[in-house]
Amino acid sequence: MTGFDFVLSIGGAAGQGIATPGNILARMCARRGIHMYAYNAYQSIIRGGHSFLTVRMSDVERRTHGNEIDLLLCLNQDTMDRHLEHLGAGTSVIFNSDTITAGDAAEGVQLCPMEVGELAGKGANKLMQNTVALAVASQLMGVEFEALEDVLRFQFSGKSAEIADENVRVAQAAYDHSATEFEPAAQQMPAPSQPLAVWRGNDAFAMAAAGAGVKFYCAYPMSPSTGILHWMAANARELGIMVRQVEDEISVICMTIGAAHAGCRAMCATSGGGFALMTEAVGAAAMMEIPIVIVNVQRAGPSTGVPTKTEQGDLWQVLGASQGDFPKLIHAPTSPLDGFQTIPLVFNLAEKYQLPAMILSDLLISDETATVAPALLDMHPDIDRAGLIMEAGDEAGSYERYKFTESGISPRALPGIPGYEHVVATDEHMPDGVLISDEFTHPHKRRAMMEKRQRKMDGLLAELPPPRIVGDPDAEVTLVGWGSTEGVIQEGIEQLAEQGITANHLHFTWIVPFHADEANALLESCKHTIIIENNYTGLFHRYLRSETGFTVDGHIRKYDGEPFKPKHIVACVQEQLAGADEVSVPYEEIIV
Amino acid sequence: MVTGEQLPQLTAKDFKGKVDPDWCPGCGDFGVLTGLQRAVAELGLQPHELMTISGIGCSSNFPGFFNSFGMHTLHGRSLPHATGAKLANHEMTVVVTGGDGDGYGIGGNHFTHTSRRNLDILYIVMDNQIYGLTTGQLSPTSELGMKTKTSPHGSIELPVNPIASAITAGATWVARGYTGNIKQLISLIKAGIQHKGFALLDVFSPCVTFNKVNTYQFFRPKVQPLEDTDHDSSDWKAGIEKAMIWGEVIHTGLFFQTDARPTLGEQEPVLDEGGPLGFRELGLSKEETERIVSRMM
Repeated sequence: MTGFDFVLSIGGAAGQGIATPGNILARMCARRGIHMYAYNAYQSIIRGGHSFLTVRMSDVERRTHGNEIDLLLCLNQDTMDRHLEHLGAGTSVIFNSDTITAGDAAEGVQLCPMEVGELAGKGANKLMQNTVALAVASQLMGVEFEALEDVLRFQFSGKSAEIADENVRVAQAAYDHSATEFEPAAQQMPAPSQPLAVWRGNDAFAMAAAGAGVKFYCAYPMSPSTGILHWMAANARELGIMVRQVEDEISVICMTIGAAHAGCRAMCATSGGGFALMTEAVGAAAMMEIPIVIVNVQRAGPSTGVPTKTEQGDLWQVLGASQGDFPKLIHAPTSPLDGFQTIPLVFNLAEKYQLPAMILSDLLISDETATVAPALLDMHPDIDRAGLIMEAGDEAGSYERYKFTESGISPRALPGIPGYEHVVATDEHMPDGVLISDEFTHPHKRRAMMEKRQRKMDGLLAELPPPRIVGDPDAEVTLVGWGSTEGVIQEGIEQLAEQGITANHLHFTWIVPFHADEANALLESCKHTIIIENNYTGLFHRYLRSETGFTVDGHIRKYDGEPFKPKHIVACVQEQLAGADEVSVPYEEIIV
Repeated sequence: MVTGEQLPQLTAKDFKGKVDPDWCPGCGDFGVLTGLQRAVAELGLQPHELMTISGIGCSSNFPGFFNSFGMHTLHGRSLPHATGAKLANHEMTVVVTGGDGDGYGIGGNHFTHTSRRNLDILYIVMDNQIYGLTTGQLSPTSELGMKTKTSPHGSIELPVNPIASAITAGATWVARGYTGNIKQLISLIKAGIQHKGFALLDVFSPCVTFNKVNTYQFFRPKVQPLEDTDHDSSDWKAGIEKAMIWGEVIHTGLFFQTDARPTLGEQEPVLDEGGPLGFRELGLSKEETERIVSRMM
């Protein structure tokens, strides 16, 4: 491995302030132009437990938290006890020796005990050990003290000048101590280049929606989707977005539909449990032909499940959401940036085809903190309202909301326009909106309206990019994935190449409607196919098989709550190629 | 949205929908339909200025029988749909129409929260104390002892008190009508539409097919309009007291009203200027996006 690629982990209990050094580190990297990707393993607890933040810093963009840790910051004894055994030669461990005792370290592990009480002075804030640890880490990585001071002062800018000064003073003492007592890390932080921005996945999705013209956002708090609501609430008034937190997810989606009907681009987000409550109204949006965007940020289920852990477990829930057979759009973005770039298209397509669009994210990408190049943050996407009628025209007086058309798309007029009065109904209806469900159900009319709605799917499919294989077309193995696993599969392929195994990558993000013929042709052209999923039963494989008839050669599945690491992919692919069982489940060595 | 020319004064029949109601002959809901048609005509409203929004049930078929914009949504979900629609177009008059099962049973959660939000709409509940469309089962307003297909030995659950519930939940205009008194009903509907805030109008609307107890004959001798008493509708305690009376006398009319609380929309600066949200230009300004990105650096 050439170039800078360094993994730092911070462990402690919830309430010990792990987020603060994490944020400081993120900003330090971003200002320096160093790429950063952070994964936080934590529990659904406000105080206690074990939180373990892993920050990967690199000179090229990385989409995983890597394989091994280079530098460990222990904020409590528990972290030392859990993680020291995983550290190998060339790594360092920073800890407060006032309260934490080092265990048996492997040969070549540098222990960096810090007498925090001595450095910080009597009666110092308990959180001062975070500043000490951060200062030592910065020194070991070769970050100049001025760069550390800069971000420390930024971090404490909301507090009193004394607090900032005190942190800088203690940081300086710790930094100097480290310089004289400890060996610097083998990899040193490169010199500053163009600064980067920092965001979280949920921020990216909220920003995409705001850029796409969302005017109504509604939610009920549910991890790990709440970040979208936080972003929206913080920016609502400035951007002219109506943001509401309401009584339950049923109300959430129904308000979203109501607002969309009256002309707003409208979105809501939740996780699987909340999405379950929304289910009935997904079909209502489809039946009334009202465009809405719903984000389901998956977490490990079933039921309450593991609220702070990731899983790709809701695919069939979303595929099957709501009674009946109706048009819909389902998209599973691969990363915050991918979602940021595709969500405006999802809004345009939902509006053009007048249907519910569902975005299937997961904790892994929604919760991640990462750097992004500011040049990529174009918040002025194409906004196409697809002929939405917003003022009276020739059809006034004779307007039919559900007019039969070749494309299945009926011109949509907003409430409030004279001469365009109509009723949208969840009962089956005729082109003029009159119900056929009560008095005079009529098979021919029902058939015509079903076909009108479903014709929209043909046009929609034609607008979605077909799947493609990335990498060597003659590779000996093809790794198939969907949604959030793209980054780890890509890195797994790089590491497989180092082992002499050529692999390419077929990744799906547009789930419904599905390019079945193209997918099948690609799969048929592969030598050996292995599908990788964060769930137990191979949910996407079952969908892929139902759409294409194709059965893959092998499976790699993980369902322990922790995301894949590249080395898991490498080991399981090797196992599969060596003729192991059809399903490989990687072993998770980090217990968090 | 409204064209510049002078719009004509309409009559009740201009608000007749594309189809005639399929309610049973004698159903109380006809009275509410006529009442709303006459009320909006008398208020000088035009069909395009109005939205009727309902859930599911006999009475929820209302929007299809009425000429205006309409949404016929899901069972129990009329209020959240109406909330979204009203916030997206706060210039429109929104009237939610539905039944007691839809509003106080399956939609009970939304009833409480919409009341406390003081959303500026009129909610008319055609209360017949029975489930009609499903052919006669207990409703949340069925009286103790009421025998239905699902309570052959009589109901053992206390009915909801919609009036008292609405007052305690924060509704700012709470009234009860009776389809046997159309004059009072029209006047209540007009007042409810004109009220700034959440207005609940619970209407005794007898089901002539499935409720053989709470009939016109049952109500006629009992109903006593509050306007014929010395009731002070600004006194919420008096309103609740009157709402608790159910026996030889049952009150109709305005139980409680206050103009002291701002509406949900009035408290949202996003609606202050720029017209209805749903009609606004989309997309962010360069300054807005630069500010967002600068905070991420």
